[in-house]
Amino acid sequence: MSTQHLHLALALDGAGWHPAAWREPTARPRDLFTAAYWTDLVREAEAGLLDLVTIEDALRVQSADRTDVVVGRLDAVLLAARLALVTEHIGLVPSATATHTEPFHLSKAVATLDHATRGRAGVRVQVSLSPDEAAQFGRRPAPDLPDALDEARDWVEVLRRLWDSWEDDAEIRDVATGRFVDAAKLHPIDFSGPHFSVRGPAITQRPPQGQPLVAALSHVPVAHRFVARCADLGFLTPHDDARRLVAAVRDEREVQPAWPDGLGDQPLRLLGDVVVVLDPRPGAAAERLARLDGTAGAPLAQTSDALVFAGTPGELADLALAWREAGLDGLRLRPAVLPDDLRAITRQLVPELQRRGAFRTAYAGTTLRERLGLPRPANRYAQGVSR
Amino acid sequence: MSKRQVHLAAHFPGVNNTTVWSDPAAGSHIDPDSFVRFAQTAERGKLDFMFLAEGLRLREHAGRIYDLDVVGRPDTFTILAALAGVTTHLGLTGTINSTFNEPYEVARQFATLDHLSDGRAAWNVVTSWDAFTGENFRRGGFLGADQRYDRARSFLETALELFDSWRGDEVLADQATGRFLRAPGPGAFSHRDAFFDIAGHTTVPRSPQGRPVVFQAGDSEEGREFAAEHADAIFSRHATLEEGRPFYADVKARLAKHGRQRDDLLVLPAATFVLGDTDAEAEELAREVRRAQVSGATAIVFLEQVWNRDLSHLDPDGPLPDVDPVVGEQVMSQGRASVRMHRDPLATARAWRERAEAEGLSIRELMIEQTARQTFVGSPVTVADQVQHLVEAEASDGFILVPHLTPGGLDPFVDRVVPILQERGVHRTEYEGTTLRDHLGLRPLTTTGARA
Repeated sequence: MSTQHLHLALALDGAGWHPAAWREPTARPRDLFTAAYWTDLVREAEAGLLDLVTIEDALRVQSADRTDVVVGRLDAVLLAARLALVTEHIGLVPSATATHTEPFHLSKAVATLDHATRGRAGVRVQVSLSPDEAAQFGRRPAPDLPDALDEARDWVEVLRRLWDSWEDDAEIRDVATGRFVDAAKLHPIDFSGPHFSVRGPAITQRPPQGQPLVAALSHVPVAHRFVARCADLGFLTPHDDARRLVAAVRDEREVQPAWPDGLGDQPLRLLGDVVVVLDPRPGAAAERLARLDGTAGAPLAQTSDALVFAGTPGELADLALAWREAGLDGLRLRPAVLPDDLRAITRQLVPELQRRGAFRTAYAGTTLRERLGLPRPANRYAQGVSR
Repeated sequence: MSKRQVHLAAHFPGVNNTTVWSDPAAGSHIDPDSFVRFAQTAERGKLDFMFLAEGLRLREHAGRIYDLDVVGRPDTFTILAALAGVTTHLGLTGTINSTFNEPYEVARQFATLDHLSDGRAAWNVVTSWDAFTGENFRRGGFLGADQRYDRARSFLETALELFDSWRGDEVLADQATGRFLRAPGPGAFSHRDAFFDIAGHTTVPRSPQGRPVVFQAGDSEEGREFAAEHADAIFSRHATLEEGRPFYADVKARLAKHGRQRDDLLVLPAATFVLGDTDAEAEELAREVRRAQVSGATAIVFLEQVWNRDLSHLDPDGPLPDVDPVVGEQVMSQGRASVRMHRDPLATARAWRERAEAEGLSIRELMIEQTARQTFVGSPVTVADQVQHLVEAEASDGFILVPHLTPGGLDPFVDRVVPILQERGVHRTEYEGTTLRDHLGLRPLTTTGARA
């Protein structure tokens, strides 16, 4: 069972989720492509005891025709890796695009991130429907959403099978027989589907968590089904419909076992996404949001998929507890402005939730799975007959 | 004029039988601590870079996962990016093949690594050789051996265009005026050839080095020409005076026709070492290392790779088999580059039999002699002499050291040989520059990617 505490994830993207964030006096727009910028942010999140940080990514530029918004980004998986040895506790969950990448490559990258962090890794799976992205790979036209999600489901299945393809005790280093591994504990995965086939086994030892966390964001029923069938952690975008969204995903989880190999009864954590503008002074956050919207030339609330919350830390704590009532396990917080709203989260929201007994006061457990109350998956190949 | 400098780098010991995992001092090949210690030792020795090899499918022998050597390795990009956080100067060189990747993704990853390391990334471009590896990838093993370098050339040229798609002056980030970019649409590219028909925008602004340093490994005529045209450094096998000098002269001579100068391409052979307090002690230790590297079981496997048939009934301490190798498609060994070196197995068998008979060698003894690659054996002074001599004699520009122990195997070289080379003024005592290009003494790039 999960703890009673809320789970808090932090969603990092550029200078923050507001298009005008980079204009703020505390912003560091010239540093967006440096390791130091990201290290400072993630260390702040770790000081606030947050469960995990996600790093947004896409295989295309944010805009090809504007000069007034942040354009350009680093590869999120490498960025997460760069943070692995300079953080201690916080989970690192980079975004990766299943549509144009090789599952074999991503499987070993995330497994290695899990080794490097000693069990704090995950991957946020996304698909690409963009003709622009497809043209950058040149292999095929962009798929539609159902096709892309079908392919992504296979992609996740391959990642998980490859993580299981080494049994935990496969490395034996038996000097007497000269065998480094027990080859009977390494398994081909022999995945074959309409989009790709992968033989396996992995080239990388099974990661500390057995399977690093698979996360996905969903806005629509077909993607709810993807989250229900493929993910350990889902991000939803409730406004006043949190209960309905949670039910939509949970129902899918029960209808269809998530994994073909009997792991369908694994728990699934669901977090509600919210863009936050925080200020302890009543009304100040709304004023700041209005100012940012004015700078950007349009209200963020009109274009944001997630609720844009402008208010006090106490009001956000109220929302968090209401969403917990509605069945969510916590929030994924998208700071509108970095580092301002991140600091408000770590220095004001977190203490407020702690006062209410709704958030941890110290890190416990070592792996991200442990922190989220997710069991370490059994290895699907371990009980099988040795080949 | 200053003395000819020795370039030194280190290869994290991997899945070859060079690595003695059975030694009690051997550590993990996957634990992050191993990589941190290795990288920090290399940096302590002011080495140019550390190097990771690649293998995208576990080796098999006789239809089973090959289990006598180290099995398993981490993802290259992930480890190098992580190490960028715990090192400050060391170059980070990753082997990434051009067969089972796409240029857009690889260029993005290397540009990211170069940013995250403040200009220390390098790419060892290799071509993959078999459908066996291809079975792990979307497109399988569609590429004919004759097309490998064609695709590699196209892949690299495409990637270079992608690196150059940002010139470096696009980001203004002017908070006062609200102009993040100087002009819309940075990073635009369009490339069309027989292998890639792609267009769009790269997401990563120009990186500190402009692009990663480019390495090439591969000894064929095509490989040498590819290196001469495109690479900043070549990772070779020829670490002796006899083999190194002609190789060195050959690849350096190829540069001019591509409009390049002699110092634009460094020749860096892989080199192993065994150190002792005296030369005699080092020789004794080297014998022990060789026996640990070639166990009886390993010797039989090496024999089977050439004979291409089951020889498991043989006694490794006995004589070579009377039967001849099975000529034709290799069935015994999969996923191993070295097997391709025996192009005429009947001739190899004949030569090995003659040598074993003439010198009275058992299977294991012969395999030790045939496969041992012990480049430097001796006291620290002896080894420093050899290293310095080979570089002065233009057999190489330096060496990529391959220790036989993980992760502590580099320590003796850094602690005992490097100080001697430093004292002689042939190896840096401090890093003078910050980027890997600086360490290698390569000319800076212009913003269009051309060499200045």
